[in-house]
Amino acid sequence: MGSPHSPVASRRVDLGTEIVGIQLAHPVLNGSGTFDAISARRAFGPALHDRFPFSAFVSKTITPEPRAGNPPPRLFETPAGMINSIGLPNKGLEGFLASDLPALAELPVPLIVSVMGTTQREFAALVEGVAVRDEVDALELNVSCPNVESGLIVGEEPEETVRLLRDLRKLTDKPLIVKLTPNVADPAAVAVAAQQGGADAVSLINTMKAAAIDPATVRTWLGAGSGGLSGPAVRAIALEQVRAVAAAVAVPVIGMGGIESGRDALEFIAAGATAVAVGTANFRDPLAGERVRLELEYELGRVGATRHDEIRGRAAVSTST
Amino acid sequence: MSVRAAAAAQPQIGAEGRVLAPLGRRVADVIENRPAGAYRVFTALDREGPTPRAGQFYMLAAVERWAKRDGRPFLPRPFSVAMAAEEEEGIRLDFLVEDFGPGTERLAALEPGEGLWIVGPLGRSFSLPGELGGTAGAILVGGGIGIAPLAIWRRQLAGAGVPARVVLGFRDRAHTGGLDLFDCSEIRLASEDGHQGHRGYVTDLLSVLLEGNDSSTAAVYACGPPAMLETVRRMCAEREIGAELAMESPMACGFGACMGCAIPLSGGGFMRLCVDGPVVDAARIETALVAGSGH
Repeated sequence: MGSPHSPVASRRVDLGTEIVGIQLAHPVLNGSGTFDAISARRAFGPALHDRFPFSAFVSKTITPEPRAGNPPPRLFETPAGMINSIGLPNKGLEGFLASDLPALAELPVPLIVSVMGTTQREFAALVEGVAVRDEVDALELNVSCPNVESGLIVGEEPEETVRLLRDLRKLTDKPLIVKLTPNVADPAAVAVAAQQGGADAVSLINTMKAAAIDPATVRTWLGAGSGGLSGPAVRAIALEQVRAVAAAVAVPVIGMGGIESGRDALEFIAAGATAVAVGTANFRDPLAGERVRLELEYELGRVGATRHDEIRGRAAVSTST
Repeated sequence: MSVRAAAAAQPQIGAEGRVLAPLGRRVADVIENRPAGAYRVFTALDREGPTPRAGQFYMLAAVERWAKRDGRPFLPRPFSVAMAAEEEEGIRLDFLVEDFGPGTERLAALEPGEGLWIVGPLGRSFSLPGELGGTAGAILVGGGIGIAPLAIWRRQLAGAGVPARVVLGFRDRAHTGGLDLFDCSEIRLASEDGHQGHRGYVTDLLSVLLEGNDSSTAAVYACGPPAMLETVRRMCAEREIGAELAMESPMACGFGACMGCAIPLSGGGFMRLCVDGPVVDAARIETALVAGSGH
């Protein structure tokens, strides 16, 4: 694409990426829930589509029924990061298909839809409802939620994860990506379970459980009590979890957690990621994804690579000393 | 007029009639920072952006030393524009700031020659009185630092030939800083310490104004602390007077991504203040007293 900001280096470095059978112009996606392409178009107009910062768009999480989200306050700034407690506000499956999907289908990149259910049946209804739509290229399963039947967080239990995936795998041929939670002792065990169940890829990390205290009242600040930490504050932890997961599974890994620069993206690729996602950095700069991509191009050239898979896994667990 | 200024004078308008922001953040040059009582007024020159409409806001972050000893500030901070003037080199943007937390402390200390990251103009601007059923002009009600967006709105109303009555309230003399952003003399003042004007609240002055014969057809515009906004909201609701409130809320992005700036709607659910506000129709919201706002 003829972005006026492409450096000369673009002739040497090929950022083209294939993940779950989808050909992408480059490996930089957005994290689910960190960029709303519909509201961004309200603020920035058609320029958003002309210069879309990501190679694929991951929607915010859709649930079966509409959700209003958590009461405010929903945000708290931390050192080099933030805690959010948003509560997955969304229009529900029907509202999403009717009003959001047509708008998202106009984006110039492939579409990955994130879904979350609280039972296997809810998940199945979401996958069936979303996967049949031609506009949708892949689904991401947000498993950082309790299964109301077992009381367990699906993504915290390998057995729950493999059971869910086996069930959903029968319903669609479209790629299923499992979004892993970092709030477990062994994320690789859950990743292996997802792969056993038939997942086509895993993405990590989701936010880390976190609390914020209002200094004035010395009570919890967030309206919903606790929240999730994101931003550069979690980056080193995310990097190690990506290393551990990438070493344990054969399916591709989408790495994220505080990525703000091309150097950060390069590190996640070295840790074993096939693609990366920019999340909290989008809040600080709506074109953060574009900048990460341009800097990654430079960084790959700096380490003598012409494709990012030449670097992938260089810092992986299995090859490190 | 330079080519740049001529281009800037024709902002792109979105489907909802709002002035669109250029995509991405850009650097504006800090050209002035002056004391204004307990506040500071700093001015940035935006060489690329369009002229904002009154009520719109920008996400601001210093280019240098934004994260300090504690790794904060991290996120940009939302600020309503207090004044905008087209000049040869770009748009002059004035912002009113109170040193309150790590972000405002850094912004208040900006020096001429420094760079300022800006994203904007963002959000929904004020509507003309006619659009709110107000045929008898506008009543502007401001409190403390909340007078900022009313300064540019009064000027734009004057430019459109719409009569505006202005009532402003302050805690004490120090907090009248920024009053000189209003280049007019017909302002009625209230102060809690009684040093100037009516001793008491600005809503007392509004109450008197709303007793007038023509008040039922005026449109009210308010910005200030949550308690003041809530009083204005109730007074206008009781009298069925059209009102718009310029609200604030913690927000991470300013363009609908983070979902942090949730304001409860009167019919249930929430709006995002960044894209559905910051100027909101007072009749749409349940209350102006939103936990976490006003910080």
